[in-house]
Order: sequence, then structure tokens, then C-alpha cells
Amino acid sequence: MGKKQKEKKEEASPPEATAVEPSEGPVPEPRQPKTVLYCAVCSFPPEYCEFGSRFTKCKEWLNDAHPDLFSQYYSEDALQSKLGTMTLAAQQKLEKDTAKKEAKADAKADAALKKKMSSQVTIKRIERNKRKHVTTVHGLEAFSIDLKKAAKQFASKFATGASVSKNPQGLDEIVVQGDVAYEIVEMLEEEVGLLKGVPADNIEVIEEKKKKAAAAE
Amino acid sequence: MFKKFQPSSDISGQTQVKSSVSRSIRSAILSQWKIEPETLESVWPKKEGLVHVKCREHISIYTVSGIPLFFQHFDGPFYPTLRFLHKYPYILPAVKVDRGAIRFLLAGAHMMCPGLTSAGGYLPPADQALAAETPVALLAEGKEHAVGVGITKMGSEEMRKINKGVGVETVTYLGDDLWEHEKL
Ligand SMILES: [Zn+2]
Repeated sequence: MGKKQKEKKEEASPPEATAVEPSEGPVPEPRQPKTVLYCAVCSFPPEYCEFGSRFTKCKEWLNDAHPDLFSQYYSEDALQSKLGTMTLAAQQKLEKDTAKKEAKADAKADAALKKKMSSQVTIKRIERNKRKHVTTVHGLEAFSIDLKKAAKQFASKFATGASVSKNPQGLDEIVVQGDVAYEIVEMLEEEVGLLKGVPADNIEVIEEKKKKAAAAE
Repeated sequence: MFKKFQPSSDISGQTQVKSSVSRSIRSAILSQWKIEPETLESVWPKKEGLVHVKCREHISIYTVSGIPLFFQHFDGPFYPTLRFLHKYPYILPAVKVDRGAIRFLLAGAHMMCPGLTSAGGYLPPADQALAAETPVALLAEGKEHAVGVGITKMGSEEMRKINKGVGVETVTYLGDDLWEHEKL
């Protein structure tokens, strides 16, 4: 099919060869994508860093990584012409807002880090009956670990069932079939696969035995 | 559309798109955007599987090798993701907002007519007027790259005439939760 079309195109092309792209052969080449530089700090194209919440850090990065762009964006002249149709008062307001945003983002990042460092990962070994156990893992999400993917990792590592479900408190946790609590602690300490960034001090293991009354058969 | 979007709670499933459906999506995109078939092919090769990421509120994101390329609300028009648009900026008609409107846009606001009709803004001339419900690239005064993707809520000539209310609805923008998830 391709061949036929090609022939047809070649036949038809001479009269309008200049109207189409003259340099192109019979098979059109895709257009090359524009390469866009993104800020390593805020992920925006650097021209938009001024609107982000990490402007100071963005500027430091750009000055280091791309000094030419830095002077292009932040020279006295550039700052003047950047104003465009905006009034000076509006620009000042924008700068004030940006500074405020930055302070807020810093405080938020601090709080998030504190929260993370004080979060616990709780691993529970639960006795189902005399021989069967399940192990639940709670709190991984505080360390930005994807629960579904972690469950998959457990399932394949222990060749058992593992799923994400809600505990009675309505919080997500991973339920792994079998007694693998200490193996999971080890995996977290060795930071296997996805299981990265949980300090050893933040891991606790709890044993949940069947209540005596219930166990007495 | 993606101001508050968390994959863990907002994605209901991911499925491989059947080849017949894939074909019709490709031809819809070719008719809706100004993209050459070979360029689309280079980004989304025919032999490469398209994955439909089904999200809440009838939003569909389509990915190739995990990278979101375009999305759709109900069976509306297809929108390129902003990263896609940055690579191929000519595929959508463009409008521009003035510098004063940028920070509102980056907070997810829709774009009011005055921000588009003012001296720092831009609407295409009358002979290239845009109809209502046209996906557009949202450019910004003094900036090279698009800051968002939107859809016109009235014709561009109407925006000039009425100069009030929302002219372009913002569907995705720099820093929203779709931008934050480079891979799904
Ligand atoms: Zn930045």
C-alpha cells in the first residue's frame, strides 16, 4: 500500500513541488520537537520561576547551571523590559506576593519534613489462628512510598498475597499474608526496591496475639 | 481540571486501548490539531500501545510508555499535555494573556476577556477568528513558552466586543497536578 501511494505522490508532485516543502523527499520527516529547558528546582521553564514558590533557589540554580540565561532573565535591562504593560505598582505587588509565597512554601516544607521524621511505620504481626499469620504495614505513605506498588513488591518477594486495604480507623495499610514482619523490617532497613527513606528509628513492630478469651477453645 | 488531582484516589483504572479505538483517536487528533501525521507518529508510534488512564469526573488521560500525552473530558476535544505543547507549540492556535493575569492563571483561574484584549494580551486577527469551544495554547506576555492549555468559551471576536467574563477556560497549567506527574 505504501508503495502505491509513494508512486502516486511522486507523479503528482512536480507541478506543485515548490508549494510543498521542496527539500522533503517522498516520505515526510517528522518535525523535530523544540527542546525546552526546565528549572531543576521548580520544574517550570526558567522564565516562569518568578511566579513559583522557590524563586530564590531557582535563581541560584540558573546562575550556576546556565549563567548566560541568568543574565538574560535577570539583568537590569531584562527586569525593566519584563514589566511589559504591567504597572510598577502591580510588579511590586507581584514581588511581594512571590516573597510571601516563598516564605510560606519554606515553612510548609519544614513542617512536612518534621512530620515525616516523626511519622511511624507500624508493622503488625497478627495471629489469625494457631498457624496462620498476616502482617500489616501502616504508614509507608508518609515517606512517599506508593502503597500499591509496595504491596506488589511484597507479594513477589514473599510469593504470597498482598493488598492495600483500609484498617478499622479508615487508613490505608498493606496486608501481607504470612508472618513476614521481620523480613519487612530488614527490607526497609536495607531500602530494597521502592522501600526507601524510612529511618530505622521510625519503624516499630507490634505483635497482636489472639485474645486469651477467644483463644481458649 | 487538574488543580486537585491525586493518582492514588483520582485514577480508577488503566487499560490498554484497542487498536480500532486507537485509530479513531489518532484521526480525531489529526483533524483537531495542526500536527503532521508523521510528527504525531514520532511521538506516539502506531506500534506503541496507548494506555487509557480513567480518572474521576469523566477525565481520560492517554499515556504512551507511562508519559501522559493528551487528555479528554467526556467525549470533548483532545488537549495536549503542556509538556507536549512545549515541544510542538504550533499544534494549537494561540491566545496570550497579559502579565498581570499570569499569577491568576498559575493559581488555576479561568482567563477573563480583559486579560486577553489588553495591550499585553493577544487574540488572533478577525480573519483567523477562533470559534467558541476551541482548544488553545495559553501564552503569556513577555514569555516564550505556553503557560497553559485552555478552551475558548466564546468566539475571539465576541471576546473583543463583550470584553467581560470568562473568555478562555483553563484546562491545564504550569504546576498543576497533571504537570507534577510526568509519569502515570
Ligand atoms: Zn524555577
